[in-house]
Formats: sequence, structure tokens, C-alpha cells
Amino acid sequence: MAAALVLRNGQAAPLSRLPVLGAEEFRGAVLEAVGAGARLSALFARPKAAGLLAALADDERGTVSLLGMEPAGSYPALTPDCPQAHLFEREIFEQSGVRPQGHPWLKPVRFPPKEGSVCGMMDYFRVDGEEVHEVAVGPVHAGVIEPGHFRFQCHGENVRHLEISLGYQHRGAERALTGGPDRRTVHYMETLAGDSTVGHAWAGCQALEALGKMEAPPRAAVLRGVALELERVANHIGDLGALAGDVGFLPTQSYCGRLRGDVLNATALLCGNRFGRGLLRPGGVTQDADAARAKDLLDRLEDIGRDTASAVGLLWDSPSVTGRFEETGTVSLEDCRRLGLVGVAARACGLNRDVRRDLPFGVYRYAMIPVSSWHAGDVFGRAQVRWLEVQRSLQFIRELLESLPGGSLRREPPGLSPEHAAVSLIEGWRGEICHVALTGAEGRFSAYKVADPSFHNWFGLALALRGQQISDFPLCNKSFNLSYCGFDL
Amino acid sequence: MLKVLWTRLKQGHRTMGYPDGPAPELPARFLGRPRFDPSRCKPDCAGCAGVCPTGALGGGKLDLGRCLFCGACAAACPEKAMEFTQEHQMAVRVREHLELGGQTYRLAHALEQRTRKLFGRSLKLRQVSAGGCNACEADVNVLGTIGWDLGRFGIQFAASPRHADGLLVTGPVTENMRLALLKTWEAVPAPKLVIASGSCAIAGGPYRGHPEVHDGCGKFLPVDLFIPGCPPHPLTILDGLLRLLGRL
Repeated sequence: MAAALVLRNGQAAPLSRLPVLGAEEFRGAVLEAVGAGARLSALFARPKAAGLLAALADDERGTVSLLGMEPAGSYPALTPDCPQAHLFEREIFEQSGVRPQGHPWLKPVRFPPKEGSVCGMMDYFRVDGEEVHEVAVGPVHAGVIEPGHFRFQCHGENVRHLEISLGYQHRGAERALTGGPDRRTVHYMETLAGDSTVGHAWAGCQALEALGKMEAPPRAAVLRGVALELERVANHIGDLGALAGDVGFLPTQSYCGRLRGDVLNATALLCGNRFGRGLLRPGGVTQDADAARAKDLLDRLEDIGRDTASAVGLLWDSPSVTGRFEETGTVSLEDCRRLGLVGVAARACGLNRDVRRDLPFGVYRYAMIPVSSWHAGDVFGRAQVRWLEVQRSLQFIRELLESLPGGSLRREPPGLSPEHAAVSLIEGWRGEICHVALTGAEGRFSAYKVADPSFHNWFGLALALRGQQISDFPLCNKSFNLSYCGFDL
Repeated sequence: MLKVLWTRLKQGHRTMGYPDGPAPELPARFLGRPRFDPSRCKPDCAGCAGVCPTGALGGGKLDLGRCLFCGACAAACPEKAMEFTQEHQMAVRVREHLELGGQTYRLAHALEQRTRKLFGRSLKLRQVSAGGCNACEADVNVLGTIGWDLGRFGIQFAASPRHADGLLVTGPVTENMRLALLKTWEAVPAPKLVIASGSCAIAGGPYRGHPEVHDGCGKFLPVDLFIPGCPPHPLTILDGLLRLLGRL
């Protein structure tokens, strides 16, 4: 790995320093790095047949290594020796036609529209046998949720295998980022996954700032931290309520639904929008938290913290709830590591990884937030990690608001350095958000790669369902609560 | 059990008084319905059109259906011809009513007598998410929480299109969701309504013009109510639904 281009999170470097290896050498270098503990944060084909690029995060060293592979029509697939590459390689084949030779099954990922292709129409994995049956669900589901297709291979009530086929939300957001930045760039960032507006906007802003060789001022960095943690708290509270709803425990569902709204309103107090739209812009933030506003925010969070503790506390005290959460939808630590799961799903398996600590960005470089993890890898673990994080985040927001640094909110971002590469990682509420940006000779994006945490984690849900009752699917699904639009892009 | 009851007591009654009581207070920085006065525009000034991400502005007109409510135009306007107010009421019945050029805003009127009689006190909707970023769905879901309690108006989201009186569509209608949307529409028994919620469903939102999307559902379905916003605030959605049913 000595040859790789080693960067810090949110750092850019000239593309001339990117090592571009032959196919065999590239494969060897990626496998060696993953064997030594690195994770594949991104692996993609650069547009216009410019070869592959791998971004490998090393949590111990706190660095991201970039490796290039020279253009080729095919290359020996990584997946047989590195399962966390499986979806990236399917994506590479779908987007560029470059064939990973030896990949077990190069199925479509997003079904980009073309003549004769219908989203979701493909061969599915099938279990054969007497009394084995197939259950197909979606793309339109029963609730107010996003579209996706699920195929269960069942034996009686037991699920032998679940295959998840997405792409229905594919709207060309990532594709359209290439060629930018332009007037829409920041709006694409904010809508890659609407519930992670702040996370993705921060990832995008940090990439742009790295390429402009500048940093957001300290006050902006702190306010971004406040917004990101508010986003985490809102979504985690919402998920805890929804988990309660999925086991028919209505009190916590009702209270958490309301409390999630209160947190969204706290974000709106800061910037006018419940999802944090318009707050983050390249170079800083657009809105300030003056003393009165910060005080108002702190008071509201005090109430929210107290009411959430009483609402969520009911879950842990109710055997009818914990009995359904425990040992349901378990993912083993070994599977979690091999699949490269991130965020809450990984920490619930005991994999103690968190970009905020391991590859710190913005305010997390000089303010610490404790990392919460659990050991069981089941629905209970994922619920428990959420609750631990709600508490840590509320405390962290308090600390940030009580010691807001002075100074400006935003610096004018300069143009982007031409022929550079930047990697930007943000720990969103679901997990690691990765943006990789490359610029061409004119200082515009020649490639822009987005890896939402859901991209890493959907297969974790499929594994969690193995051997479960099919009726536990909603509960398992909600315990991951992955994004369809963040995956489909 | 005692703890459940005690918590219930502490959490209190949370359903808002609106529409009989006051509407919930919106944050001071909320960007609501814009006030656009083209008579203030200086000739040859295209400051706003130059910054709008979706081309909603131009030729003395603002197409609110395309607006993302980012506020870039208001910040770029030296004449204050474009300003965002705190007003949450925005839903209209006709697409052209979102094309603003200084005239009075034409808020949605109620359904015709017959359909209103059918749906006025019981409206079941099937929601279809057809692309987009899931923020619209999130704020539709909020209406189901105890704070808003949409059910008290007889409005509910049905699990099956067969049990629904209409569709509430979000997202720009991706090509990949076109078939599923049309099949869902066909499965709803007539007479039936279509509500387009959010700038994606009205005009494609930030993805307008992408070959992967169809710039909203109007191309495929007869839309009865347009609710602007990116995403629309829950209060804006509720206002639109109640207007449609003639209850505001």
C-alpha cells in the first residue's frame, strides 16, 4: 500500500500523484489493504473510460488511500476475495460496461432507463424444493414510504433468502453532478437523501472546500456540527418510535412521532427548514445562532431530552417489546466486517467504527463525541445504539451551543483546483457518507461519486432476514431504516 | 403498566387546536409563499433568473411549481421585487395558477358538489413515492402523528389502491416508477383524485430535464391539487387538503 495516494478526510491532492496500476496489481493492492483492516469506502469507474478508482478508509490511521486502475475492458473481480466489493462491482459493470471477471452474478443495480428494460425485471435468486415458495413485495408498499422490490424465498413461515432489488428512485442525481459545480450542485447534495440533507450537504461542501484549498470558519464548523447531530437525534427518535409501532407498542410510537417533529422544528429554528435545507453552503453556513436563538434551542432540547427519556424508557421496561427485539434479525460480527457495514448497523454488531472519531472532520477534529456500540447485532442492538446516540448527541449539541466560537459564518469559496482529487467522509445518522470528487483541466468535476451508507448496508438487511419469520421483516427493515433514494441516486 | 400510565400523564395532550384554534407557529426564518412584484424589476435585470437552480424565474414570471424555496432569487434581487413571506397557504387547483406575475394568489377552491359529498368527510389516499428524496414522504407522514392527527378530518392513507379514493404523488416520476404509478392509478376505483405534493411531483424539482425523470406527474395523471414546496411544510399540505374538501 506504500504506493497509494494517502489523504486525510477532507483533503485534496493533485491527480498526478494518484498511482495508476495495472489490473492485477490494483487487485493485489486493494486486497492487501482490506486484509490489513481498511474498508472500501468507494470503488467506481471514472467516466469516459478513465479506469477505476478505489477509496480505502483506514480507521486506525485516520487516512483514506486512493488507488487508480488503468483503463481496461475487464479486470479480475475483487468480490470472490472481498465481499464488500460485490455491489460496487455490479455498479461498475452497469455504469461503464467494464467487466469484473469472476464476479458471482453481475445483476443490475439501478436499471438505468433503456429500451426494453423494465426496472425490477431480472432473474432472481431462487431456492428450489418442495413446499418452497416465493413472496414478492413492492415496489409500491403499504405505508407512506419509498419504492423498492423484495423477493423472499420461504419455507413455511421461514425466510431462506431475501433479495432486494432497487432502482425505482433513480433520478440521475449522481450522474448530473459530473460537469459541475453549477447552480443545482448544492441542491443535488441536499436531496441525495432528504432525511440526510445535512450529512450529504456537508460531504459535498467539504469536498468543494478541499478542492478550493479552504476551510469553513470555526463558527460555521460548530453550527454544522449542531445541525448534523440534530438530524441524527430526529431520525433516531423517529426510528425508535417506528420500531415500537412495528411490535404494536403504541405509547412509544405516539410520543416519539411527536418528539421527532419537535427536533425537526428545532432545526427549522436554526435555518427555517425542518430538514436543514439552505443552511450549509460551500465556505460555511448561511444562518447564525445568536445568543437568544441558542438559548431557545437549548431550552427546547432540554424538554425533548426529558420527554424522549420517558417515552423510550418504556421500551426497555416492557418485556413484550424486548422479547420481540432480542435475537431478531441478527447479523454476526464476522458478516458485518466482511460486508463492510457502516454506522448504526455496524456499531450494533460490536464493530466500533465511527467517522466522527476515526477520520474526524469539521468540529469533530477538536470536540469529542463518545462512540456508542452494542454487541448483539440484533434489532435490540440497533435500537439500543440509537438510544445511546440520541443521548450523546443531545449532550454534544449542548456543549457546542454553550461554547460557540466567534467570527464569520462563511468565506467566499474560490474556484476548484484543476486536476485534483478529494475525498469527503461524514458520519451521517445512518453511517458513513462518502463523496469522492475529481476535477478536470478546467476545474470542473470530471467525476463525482456518492456512496450513501445504505449502499453498504442493504445486504446486511438481507442477511439479517435469513432464518427469520417473514412476519419479522417490517421490524428488521425498520431497525436498519435504509434509504432507497440515497441508494438509487 | 403503572409506568405506562404515568408516562401517558406526563406526555400530555399534544394534538394542535388548528384549524379551530390558531395554526402552529412557523419559525421566523421559514420561507413561505413568495411575493413577486415584477413592476419593481429594472429593465434588463435578470439577477434572479441567473441564480435560480430550476429556471423558475424569467420574463416577469415566477413558476412556483418549480420553486425549491432556496431563497437565492430574493438574495440576488436589489429591488426587493422578490421576497419570501411567512405565509404557509399555497395549494392551488390549476397548474397555471402557480405561474405568478403580480396577480392575486388563487388558492385552491373546494371540490365540486358531487365529489365533495363523496369525499368531504372521508378521504382515503394511496401515497405513491415516484422518485425524489423522501423528504416529501417524511412530512406527509408527520401529518399522521399525534400532533397533527390527520385522522380527525377523516383523511387517511390506505394500504391498498383498491381501498383508496385517490393518489397523493411525490417525486418527479422516474422512468423506473412510471409503470408502477400508472398501475396503482388504474387500481383506484373511480371517481378518484390526484394530489401532486412537492416541487418534484409538480414540475420535476431539482431533477427537471433529466432523461431519467418525467418532470412531474401531470404528464400522466389529471391532477386535482398542486401543493408547492421542497418539501411542503405539513401545515401547507394540511391546508391544501382541507381546502380541497371545502373545510377551510
